[in-house]
Amino acid sequence: MAVRVRWSALKQSRWYEYLLRFVLGGLATVLAGTVAQFFGPEAGGLFLAFPAIFCASATLIEKHERERKQKLGFSGNRRGTEAAALDAAGAGLGSIGLAAFGLCVWWLTPSLSFGSLAVGSVAWLTISVFLWRLRLNLRIHL
Amino acid sequence: MEYLIRFLAGGIVVSAFAVLGDVLRPKSFAGLFGAAPSVALATLGLALWKDGGDYVSVGGRSMILSSLALAVYSLVVCQLLVRRRWPALAATSAAIFVWLAVALGSKQLLIG
Repeated sequence: MAVRVRWSALKQSRWYEYLLRFVLGGLATVLAGTVAQFFGPEAGGLFLAFPAIFCASATLIEKHERERKQKLGFSGNRRGTEAAALDAAGAGLGSIGLAAFGLCVWWLTPSLSFGSLAVGSVAWLTISVFLWRLRLNLRIHL
Repeated sequence: MEYLIRFLAGGIVVSAFAVLGDVLRPKSFAGLFGAAPSVALATLGLALWKDGGDYVSVGGRSMILSSLALAVYSLVVCQLLVRRRWPALAATSAAIFVWLAVALGSKQLLIG
């Protein structure tokens, strides 16, 4: 299965949906920083993988897929739920990549400083894509 | 002022990854971007600039545990959606308690 870009998907989102994700992203970052400030970096680090934005994303995906099917005369409820579940399955694999990002930060930041964030990002993408391909090839259903 | 910078940096990075997730297909691949290090890049970038590498390194260790909690969270959300047919908002909101339990529990158990 080839990865492709569908630019028309951008038209499905309304301006307030972009604003919602911007605000949630900003708040999640403020939350992580504030927790670190008051309870130390160990507690703050936990909130670097807090699923705040995921709630909004999954709900929007479900809504968009349902609306797309409703335009064709179907209820779209089942399709919406399945699309959100697929997104969650992908996020599950991406989380393993995110743990690799955390590992890079833990081990490399004292020596590499900002470079550790770049190495961590490459590790996140590589491991996430590898796991996604592996799941596809082995036909594993979550 | 620091909170405003944090808010703007987080909003921009999270939105950028969210847009990537919107346009990429198939959906399962786009889902990978739901667990992108967006909040981490914004938060750790600012913390590196302000507090230095050793401080940030400690946060990275906890992040490994919360990432694994996010994997469990995603699995639970997936099951609630597919098997129980819950609406996405209900499933993703309820599963936050699972994330909290796994993240805080594993931190207490492994780091203290």
